[in-house]
Amino acid sequence: MYVAVMIVLVAVGTVVFHFMSPWWWTPIASNWGYIDDTIIITFWITGVVFVAVLLFMAYCVLRFRYKEGRRSEYEPENKKLEWWLTIITGLGVAGMLIPGLFVWNQFVTVPPGAAEIEVVGTQWQWSFRYPGKDGVIGTSNVRLISGDNPFGLNPDDPNGRDDVLVEGGDLHLPLGGPVKILLRSIDVLHNFTVPQFRAKMDMVPGMITYFWLTPTRTGTFDILCFELCGTGHYTMRASVVVEEKNAFDAWLGEQETFAQTMARAGSDPGRKASLVLNETGNVAAKDRQAQ
Amino acid sequence: MNLLQQLMEKPWLTEDNTVVELRDGRTFALSREKLGLRVFLVVVMVVFSLMMAAYIERKVFSDWHSVPLPWLLWLNTVILVFSSLAMHRAWISARRTEIDGVRVWLYAGGFFALVFLIGQLLAWWELVASGYYAAVDPANAFFFMLTALHGVHLIGGLVAWWRTMAKVTRGCGVVLVRISVELCTVYWHFLLLIWLALFALMLFT
Amino acid sequence: MVDAVQDQDDFVPPAEVAEMELYHPKSWLTKYVFSQDAKVIAIQYSFTAIAIGLVALVLSWMMRLQLGFPETFSFIEAEDYYQFITMHGMIMVIYLLTALFLGGFGNYLIPLMVGARDMVFPYVNMLSYWIYLAAVLVLLASFFVPGGPTGAGWTLYPPQAILPGTPGSEGGIVLMLVSLALFIVGFTMGGLNYVVTVLQARTRGMTLMRLPLTIWGIFMATVLALLAFPALFVGAVMMTFDSLLGTSFFMPAISQFGEQLKYGGGSPILFQHLFWFFGHPEVYIVALPAFGIVSDLISVHARRHIFGYRLMVWAIVIIGALSFIVWAHHMYVSGMNPYFGFFFATTTLIIAIPTAIKVYNWVLTLWRGNIQLTVPMLFAIGFIVTFVNGGITGLFLGNVVVDVPLSDTMFVVAHFHMVMGVAPIMVVFGAIYHWFPKMTGRLMNVPMGQFHFWVTFVGAYAIFLPLHYLGFLGVPRRYYAMLDTGFIPESAQDLNAFVTVVVLIVGAAQMLFLYNIAVSMIKGKKSGPNPWRATSLEWQTPQTPPGHGNFGPTLPVVYRWAYAYGLPDATEDYVPQNLAPDQLMSDYDNSGLSHSAAQAAE
Repeated sequence: MYVAVMIVLVAVGTVVFHFMSPWWWTPIASNWGYIDDTIIITFWITGVVFVAVLLFMAYCVLRFRYKEGRRSEYEPENKKLEWWLTIITGLGVAGMLIPGLFVWNQFVTVPPGAAEIEVVGTQWQWSFRYPGKDGVIGTSNVRLISGDNPFGLNPDDPNGRDDVLVEGGDLHLPLGGPVKILLRSIDVLHNFTVPQFRAKMDMVPGMITYFWLTPTRTGTFDILCFELCGTGHYTMRASVVVEEKNAFDAWLGEQETFAQTMARAGSDPGRKASLVLNETGNVAAKDRQAQ
Repeated sequence: MNLLQQLMEKPWLTEDNTVVELRDGRTFALSREKLGLRVFLVVVMVVFSLMMAAYIERKVFSDWHSVPLPWLLWLNTVILVFSSLAMHRAWISARRTEIDGVRVWLYAGGFFALVFLIGQLLAWWELVASGYYAAVDPANAFFFMLTALHGVHLIGGLVAWWRTMAKVTRGCGVVLVRISVELCTVYWHFLLLIWLALFALMLFT
Repeated sequence: MVDAVQDQDDFVPPAEVAEMELYHPKSWLTKYVFSQDAKVIAIQYSFTAIAIGLVALVLSWMMRLQLGFPETFSFIEAEDYYQFITMHGMIMVIYLLTALFLGGFGNYLIPLMVGARDMVFPYVNMLSYWIYLAAVLVLLASFFVPGGPTGAGWTLYPPQAILPGTPGSEGGIVLMLVSLALFIVGFTMGGLNYVVTVLQARTRGMTLMRLPLTIWGIFMATVLALLAFPALFVGAVMMTFDSLLGTSFFMPAISQFGEQLKYGGGSPILFQHLFWFFGHPEVYIVALPAFGIVSDLISVHARRHIFGYRLMVWAIVIIGALSFIVWAHHMYVSGMNPYFGFFFATTTLIIAIPTAIKVYNWVLTLWRGNIQLTVPMLFAIGFIVTFVNGGITGLFLGNVVVDVPLSDTMFVVAHFHMVMGVAPIMVVFGAIYHWFPKMTGRLMNVPMGQFHFWVTFVGAYAIFLPLHYLGFLGVPRRYYAMLDTGFIPESAQDLNAFVTVVVLIVGAAQMLFLYNIAVSMIKGKKSGPNPWRATSLEWQTPQTPPGHGNFGPTLPVVYRWAYAYGLPDATEDYVPQNLAPDQLMSDYDNSGLSHSAAQAAE
């Protein structure tokens, strides 16, 4: 008796907890509301199965508990029942999978004209790079990284000279336009996550990974690293500020470009770069792109 | 009954009980040792396949520099073929219950295998002497790791070979060592095939 | 590969299954220490696994203390915390669960349940245990090297696993990799035994479809392990090279802490593929034996045949096969080609169908049964609840786009603890209560067992259910401290404190379980040979605990499947597998208690 009651309590308690829980997702700030919708679909389908299985089990435990001398029913197989259960399960699975793949197709298809912004992860700090006036992000190479050139930009690449560098500050994003976020790490694995955006992606040294989103709400949100990256993993934080286009442009105008940084440092980056490349000989000209 | 039919049986039916009772508990018409070796060979094959897949995955990138393979490897390949042939000859002798043939050809097989291992070490030494250390380039690292792993498996084979040899020299009858000789021979052929695959893979880059 | 044994027309059966030569121990040392008897090896495996599992349990308390009460325990630094989570995970998954299910239960049950005298290669089987012990000792040694054990997370992702900035990169990581390689070598030796014994050494009449599901589960898990562990082995060897020789298999060009490292040209993602090509089947290496064992627990204690036996077997085989083509669902946000997501999400969700069928069949076995709520049955019910819960959260994470917001959050932690932590451990407990009488000849104390069940089940559920919701909130896993954020409410910290308290209570209940084992071994009620009135062969041995060689002078002959419960035309409500068909109406009860007990009750 009490076992059946406990099973029912677990089922009911889980459902009640689900609806009463004060811990739930943060208000969304990007276009990935479809992801939340898919989660809700999944919740309904799996929730019905969970409750049904538990209640049926409670019924069995109550109804068929041991009686001396009684024999259980001998029915090794019931093809019809098993077929029905398989088909219904298959339909339920398809009901979750199809919307999921539909949304995933959107997730992997970056809309043309999305602004490119680069996020660079290092132990244990975030840096950001904007393409500058030409709208093109310059090439980079880990081997070119030095005290004067923390991003490892290629000084011979004209596309990189006007790139805006934000080292250790906040990321600013304009409201409403699609953004392709290019992710680069120069040491170990990191993961760029803003819970309110729902989207995330690992940053892998030697590769450039990406995802895209459209910020839909102004505000300041936390950026956290979601891939264990050493002792300081939990301290690797920054903020992302989503603001109106005007405010964003004004902020961007105040930032230093790569050319300005180099001039201030007073070094001739071109000479230094070729030196590094000669020393290491077999360095690839460009980081491997995401496959 | 084939495997599929066995898996389709309805075990709760008892009508064909008399037939089933007669069946002994083997799934395959093979001795336990032979099946055990085959399962082990599958495991080893998975190890080498994964390493080769990793090699190929890495090789497709443009910054790949192949290792100049020492000519010695060709000689080593021929020696390993000899080793395998000798083992095969030992197996034939074992089947014909010629204990002298088993002894002679087993010795030859083990000897060639040892020569092969020494040859591999010389090839390593040649590479290291000309500056191709493992850490310099991924291709070098793969070369050293693949050859080392193959060598370790051959050394493991030599342990089995040693135990078989001990039985033969102790004067065990040919019937008792027949299975050991057969297992060694199968393993030798398998390692030869693995080596040929590795060598071909490193050659055609 | 090989032709199956031919049809009975052209197959002349031997009069008797060939008796294998048994190794007879000559001294105390070869009987109890360097034993070649699978039952002794099983107990050695089990004790070692449980001992190292207790270490991992204590580690989990330490990290829960930090999460529940941050800044209270100053002796837990960030380095320590990462070392605790890494070692906790690795020990629990590999050195406890894999070793216990396959090395422990596999060794004990396979020969007994298929009707063999021992494993087919007893010497290799013995070596398997000693190499496993060596692996455990190397793992423990890493606690005492400079820098301590590795803190790279149980996934050991390069590059950080072998670089400064991660605890244990000095020596701990190498010891971890060496220990894993040893474990794999040792396991392969045992695995060859399990596979060949099940395939070739069954007793007469024990067809594949008459095998108890326990054997099917352990067998298929062993096959998976033999094919999957090589991937981890390859990864471990390559990473050892990277760490010790400076090669760059997994190491791209790196600039760390303002310094250019000498590595270049390797691929960190390659390691992830190798790791998860092993890692996903590993989930089923733990789950399939649990599936098998729980089927038998449910059937015996519900006094009913397992419902849809054939489908249960096929589901085990199909799940095993599918588990090799779903690995990249652990890598949806790893930076691999995003188009792989379509394929891996589909295969992953398809695997839910055979898994769901297994759940239905367990519940349908209870339906119209005659359910005895014994302690093993309680744990079986606990397994179904936690497994269904953990299984459906797997549908969230397997569906690629849903995984994106949830990956690397506490949701993942809650999911895999529920599905491959709590659920299989429920089965382990149930199995120990179930087979303890066969191993010792004594029953375990029931009230203590019931208390143990309720605290463990309710506690574990209360620990892991709320953690899912922290995951929705966006609380990341592997965080030493949450510090200040703009999205996590104060109440999340209260929840963490609550969870930590429950963890400590559940942990304490496990001490009661160990006490129960110790006391019952000496003072427990005598069980007789077959206290549960079960049908499978291990309960029909002439001696309890079974002697050397398991069975009497001749091996038993099997006449039916292991699920002959509730047969209408038999004296008892169970018919042992080896009972001759003409004995059905005789008095064959061998439980050693029921008749006298039943009469006394009247």
